[in-house]
Amino acid sequence: MTDLALGAKAADRERTLRFLQNYGVYLGVAVLLILNIALTPHFLSAENFRTQAVQVAPVLIVALGMALAIGSEGVDLSVGSVMALSTSLLSLYLGYGTWIALVVAVIGGAAIGIANGSLIAFIGVQPIVATLALMVAGRGLALVLLPQLKDVRDPTMASLGSGAILGIPYLVLIAAALALLVAFVVRRTTFGRQLLAIGDSRPAARLAGLPVRRVLILVYVCSGALAAIAGVLATARLTASDPTSLGNLMELSAITAVVVGGTPLSGGRVRIGGTVAGAVLIQLLTATLIKHDLPPSWTQIAQAVVIILAVYAARERGKR
Amino acid sequence: MKKPEDEPTGPTRSERLSALAQQHGALVTLLVAVTAASLSFDTFLTGDNLENMAVSSAFLAVVALGMTFVIITGGIDLSVGSLFALGGVLAAWGSQYGTAVALLLPLAVCGLIGLVNGLLIARSRLAPFIVTLAAMLGARGILLSITDEGSKTYLVDKDSFFATLGQGKVLGVGAPVWITLALFVAGAVVLRRSRFGQYVYAVGGNEDAAALMGAPVARTKVTVYTLSGLCAGLAGALNAAWLVSGVTILGSGMELEAISAVVIGGTLLTGGFGFISGSLVGVLLLKVIQNVINQIGSLDSAYQQVVSGAFLALVVIAQTWLGRRRRVL
Repeated sequence: MTDLALGAKAADRERTLRFLQNYGVYLGVAVLLILNIALTPHFLSAENFRTQAVQVAPVLIVALGMALAIGSEGVDLSVGSVMALSTSLLSLYLGYGTWIALVVAVIGGAAIGIANGSLIAFIGVQPIVATLALMVAGRGLALVLLPQLKDVRDPTMASLGSGAILGIPYLVLIAAALALLVAFVVRRTTFGRQLLAIGDSRPAARLAGLPVRRVLILVYVCSGALAAIAGVLATARLTASDPTSLGNLMELSAITAVVVGGTPLSGGRVRIGGTVAGAVLIQLLTATLIKHDLPPSWTQIAQAVVIILAVYAARERGKR
Repeated sequence: MKKPEDEPTGPTRSERLSALAQQHGALVTLLVAVTAASLSFDTFLTGDNLENMAVSSAFLAVVALGMTFVIITGGIDLSVGSLFALGGVLAAWGSQYGTAVALLLPLAVCGLIGLVNGLLIARSRLAPFIVTLAAMLGARGILLSITDEGSKTYLVDKDSFFATLGQGKVLGVGAPVWITLALFVAGAVVLRRSRFGQYVYAVGGNEDAAALMGAPVARTKVTVYTLSGLCAGLAGALNAAWLVSGVTILGSGMELEAISAVVIGGTLLTGGFGFISGSLVGVLLLKVIQNVINQIGSLDSAYQQVVSGAFLALVVIAQTWLGRRRRVL
């Protein structure tokens, strides 16, 4: 009798934990929204929501690629440097036409992805080290190409950065479209299934005859290309190329969004909805602290605490 | 422990060669680099340049010392750069109350953060990279909030004993260099001769086997992350004494440099295999490369990053290749 009661209690506890793990991030977003609506003056305005959404767009786009990398039991630390590289390439090639520059910038990001993926898939280097090397080298390369900040005076770029359809900024529309696309890829395509299988167990995937190397390289190409797109969009918004500071600490924000969103670091599972909510959560947290005149340093501490809590919650679930 | 001489069948010739390359590759590369640099630049082998390189290597070397222990257990510590900066600022602030405070305060705070890292990793079984990533962010946040968002710089009194620790010279060589050498000797003795050192190798070699043999796995891990935090804090304090101020912007990217140095020095990122002396050689090699790039002059620091990144990739490729060959044969 008591055993049964205890078992029921444990099951309850487990259910609560699983619920928190899966939906905690949405809960967090809801709580922050309610708190802000109640306490922050001028929070509830279309203008404010637009600003927040535009700021979250680049982080979200990078986080989508990061979610794929983490789903394959990897990680991509080079994303911030890829953003810097894409902004440098964009500035260099703007003379040949905006669209050519955009394509070159994204191809540059994909090329870094190929380098990352090859180190990981063919040579067997751990993802954290391979992407660390390209994080250092990529930022250097960006600065070699464009040593300092350069204004971007280009009408197409300007409208990309500040334009909107029906009041929704292009940046937000692009981020939403990419999120849907990545969610579709993960759920409905062979590549998505293979990626999850590889993240679950690479030896098993290899024994099952999956093209492990090709899939891994493609994962990092996606991550690189998405980071480059984020870099291009951030450049359009800032109307300047700044390879020194663009994308600094972006790998942290992206990993936080993914992990807080319920994607386990152990791979085999990707939650795109959670990643979107995770990115929104970080943005809201930052905005809340700033709007209440708390110094930016508190944001970093808060973000650190949120990361640890999220991973801790995931651990509780994984242990059972 | 993956030391080749421990294998029961005895190493084959190519196994011995790859082990040799792993152990002494960095040293040979360093000697070649130094020879090439001194032949190419008259300014390389001057007392001032060497002294400058030695002192600036010292701080990174202390950080790399702690990192070596962490990596041999199969972990990683990304928080060292932030802890280095935090240690420096705390030391500079504390130096107004005397040298003891200037040294103990950063050690206490950074050691505590390292301890928390270790507890979360060892007891709660969270991934080392994510825990120390959070610590990197959190420590940087603490640093910014005690310096008015990085705008306030604490200065060290130039005549204090604490400043002497950074700026003083013994036998013509800077005090930080001597302190670093002493720490490395102590570190090597601990790793090679103490029971704790054996546990460090055992945990990195095979955690489950180590636990079955009765090694205190969790305690060993907690200790190495605490040690890494202490080393980073001490390096920051010594750096503050050398610069006679606590500079808030230091240390970003330092975790990469330290990891690179350790890996270049022959320590395997998969754990279980590595040397303290190798990390020192790795640090010197990185600094010689930086120095050469500076000497070329027309090449700016951006190239330094490209070269360091490419170098790290090359070393890791070589390591993986050598390691794979040894496993296959």
